[in-house]
Amino acid sequence: MVTFYRRLPKMGYVKPGSLEEALELLEKNPNGRYRVYAGGTDVIPKLKGRVIQSPEILVDLKGVSDLDHIDFDEQKGLYIGALATVRSVETSPVIKERYPILSQAAGSIASIQVRNRGTITGNICNAVPSADSAPALLCLDARVLLYSKNGGERTVDITDFFKGPGLTVLQPNEILREINISASPENSRSVYIKLSPRSRMDLAVVGVGVLLTKTNGTFRNVRIGLGAVAPTPIRALKAEAMLEGSEVNDDLIINAARTASEESRPIDDHRASAEYRKMMVEVLVKRAIHQCL
Amino acid sequence: MAMKKIKFVLNGETCEWEVKPWRTLLEMLREDFQLTGTKEGCGEGECGSCTVIMGGKTVNSCLVPAVEADGQEILTIEGLAHGENLHPVQEAFVEKAGMQCGFCTPGMIMSAKALLDENPEPSENEIREGIAGNFCRCTGYTKIFESIQAAAEAMKGGK
Repeated sequence: MVTFYRRLPKMGYVKPGSLEEALELLEKNPNGRYRVYAGGTDVIPKLKGRVIQSPEILVDLKGVSDLDHIDFDEQKGLYIGALATVRSVETSPVIKERYPILSQAAGSIASIQVRNRGTITGNICNAVPSADSAPALLCLDARVLLYSKNGGERTVDITDFFKGPGLTVLQPNEILREINISASPENSRSVYIKLSPRSRMDLAVVGVGVLLTKTNGTFRNVRIGLGAVAPTPIRALKAEAMLEGSEVNDDLIINAARTASEESRPIDDHRASAEYRKMMVEVLVKRAIHQCL
Repeated sequence: MAMKKIKFVLNGETCEWEVKPWRTLLEMLREDFQLTGTKEGCGEGECGSCTVIMGGKTVNSCLVPAVEADGQEILTIEGLAHGENLHPVQEAFVEKAGMQCGFCTPGMIMSAKALLDENPEPSENEIREGIAGNFCRCTGYTKIFESIQAAAEAMKGGK
């Protein structure tokens, strides 16, 4: 029988004042003694439901200053700090203008209350296959910067970040410090389409992100990101390759959409059957490409 | 485990309190401060009945560890009225019958207030967006939209 707990398990709480301090704690972290959280909108329900192991001490990252930044620079592109909330990404004027797909994806997550607390980095660290920000970040060739103690630092492409449902390459002693996205190509257009029975407060049954540039009647810089149709969010690489450099025409778009559908590996669950998901990938990829033209 | 000392502003009054780190803001408000206007529905951030305004932004208080109230300004449904004078949003919900059983109402009103603070003249779509995280199982929402529209009308001119 599943027991539903309404209360959090007993645990301690620390709020380190710097990233170094937080990383120090994680370095000596036997058996998940410490658990880092930012917004807590995923961690707190999981702890209440006893879905994850209860840590001895919860580590609140919000004490770290200068981590909620959303900075844009023409050369370096966009930097989103670990503490930037989903709401701040959704409403950021520069993201709306330069990376509309990300603002759209962020705005489709849960409710305002959740978006006011939850973070984009948390959304990808939680790594559910249906994470709405993931197809957008895949389309934008995002990179994530992982930090560990003593200045340890590595950059991972978002395509290599996800390892499985709830699994990422993030090591127990690491913290995802920020997400970096290059300035997106001139004249690129992008869209995120989320299919869910309810338009709000629901997980994606299928999430499709498309980014492309149309130059002299041909497709350039094509990216197709898919959510909720594989163990991780994925790129539809074969479909992208079909479109890249080709002349825009309807038959090609239909074929590419079918290829994207073949590339998806969805499961049957209570939200939808695998068969339905595959069909919807085809429909939505086609729709998204047309919307970008 | 150690109690945490926190200091925060609750409905306009400065409070100093001690909380256990595993208690939520909702539990502290309801059980320690007897502010039972804020309701617990699902307890996992889906229903919005525990919505309060923290630092000017709506949050699900069931997902906020109470220690995080430290240094924050918190507004609950109890802090909206001035004595006998209801807040215009409350007034509008009464006037337009924007409630039936009333369980979702405190959260709904907090979301509506935050919406109107940010956007004094919301379209119907913007109202739908604004309260998307607040579930009501009775009204079918129509009366709630009407209440919020009426509140927006009443609050014109900075009332």
